[in-house]
Amino acid sequence: MPNNLLEIRDLHKSYGDVEVLKGVDCTMQQGDVVSIIGSSGSGKTTMLRCINMLEEFQSGSISIDGEEIGYEMAGTQRRRKKEKEIARQRALTGMAFQQFNLFPHMSAVRNVMLGLIKVKKLDKDEARAVSEKWLDRVGLLARADHFPGQLSGGQQQRVAIARAIAMNPRLMLFDEVTSALDPELVNEVLQVIKTLAQDGMSMLLVTHEMRFAYEVSNRVIFMNQGLIGEEGNPRDMFHKPKSERLAEFLKTSSFA
Amino acid sequence: MDISHFLDVLWLARSPILKGVGVTLSISLLAICCGTLLGVIVGLALTYAKAPLRWIVRGYTDFIRGTPVLVLVLASYYVLGTIGLDLGPFQAGILALAVFCSSHVGEIVRGALQSIPKGQTEAAKAIGLTFPQTFAYVLGPQALRQVLPAWVNTAAEMVKASTLLSIIGVAELLLRTQELISRSFMSLEFYFFAGFLYFTINYAIERFGRYVERKIAVPS
Repeated sequence: MPNNLLEIRDLHKSYGDVEVLKGVDCTMQQGDVVSIIGSSGSGKTTMLRCINMLEEFQSGSISIDGEEIGYEMAGTQRRRKKEKEIARQRALTGMAFQQFNLFPHMSAVRNVMLGLIKVKKLDKDEARAVSEKWLDRVGLLARADHFPGQLSGGQQQRVAIARAIAMNPRLMLFDEVTSALDPELVNEVLQVIKTLAQDGMSMLLVTHEMRFAYEVSNRVIFMNQGLIGEEGNPRDMFHKPKSERLAEFLKTSSFA
Repeated sequence: MDISHFLDVLWLARSPILKGVGVTLSISLLAICCGTLLGVIVGLALTYAKAPLRWIVRGYTDFIRGTPVLVLVLASYYVLGTIGLDLGPFQAGILALAVFCSSHVGEIVRGALQSIPKGQTEAAKAIGLTFPQTFAYVLGPQALRQVLPAWVNTAAEMVKASTLLSIIGVAELLLRTQELISRSFMSLEFYFFAGFLYFTINYAIERFGRYVERKIAVPS
């Protein structure tokens, strides 16, 4: 049996005494587009960040293509993998952040090139070619030599997505990528993500854009108080919620 | 005040003055270079080192920054000798200034590194960069731009602090000037002239800093 693209088993995560993830299970196949919805504090972003080892987690496991992320067993002792190994595993996933996090001292194209040169070890010309291809895909080839400070929020986020996806990750993680944007800039970013989804990119999105989650995903996960409250295809989730919590959440969110 | 007479005396005194300027420049340059090198290490330790080491370095910077430079200079010359580290006035002076410089540069570097948003490190991690790579290509270059104005300021402070070495008998510009005054009694003229020379050195440092700042400025 082939491995699942992503397999999360009984994921637990606490900050001090506060348990934010209380045993999350989740699997994804190649090509899946999964949206995670839920109120703030439900643990959706934390779960995403655990997949990329931006957060440590206390127990449970995360694997990508059957490869366990972040931790290994030494005898009976669970320990964090070596930093170099974690760095390599992080490149299996790409991540786009709410705050874009472009490197402000580099032009758009250099932002995309950095990982290609330093992690993928491409030479400069190859890296530039790949970067320009992806900047073109997000509609910003003409802005390749602009610096982040010279770009609008929407443009910055599109560059950030190009930067992540140029690394050819197995799975793209989107962490509320439109939350920091002015309303009129949201669409250009969502459009880019939609195109990527149509091209078969596997992705996991934390989003507050219910309409978008409905349209783009083949599965929706509703997180509630550190657990998966309900999951299913978008049609059922949005039109026939089984749990009261989800029905309530949908009522208060913008999905009409 | 007779200008042409002063110019005559000044011309005759050109050699000690030039030597004094040379010593002042060497002291400053050495202190700034060593102090900056050490200061970057101090700044890195203050930002990234684990608890016991970080506390030690924090203690070092707080102690040095809370001590007058003159005390450091005197201690380095007179006290180190008593524990067997016999330095000449020139070396002792540079050691004191470099140590002083390092505590300031350390704080500047720490401030710059800590002001970089956490998202920068996270984005670098997310594309698979290791920490040394993250520092070299993402954090370092951003910190450098922030550090520069304060660093130029510290460099100018070091030039001024170099005058304190006259007290332990280093023949830098101020001591040379005082020697000339004691022979010619032209205190106003020579102090003015020395002041002018210090100003020129610091002005050059400041212009250079501005130039580099412009060169590496990020377009926005």
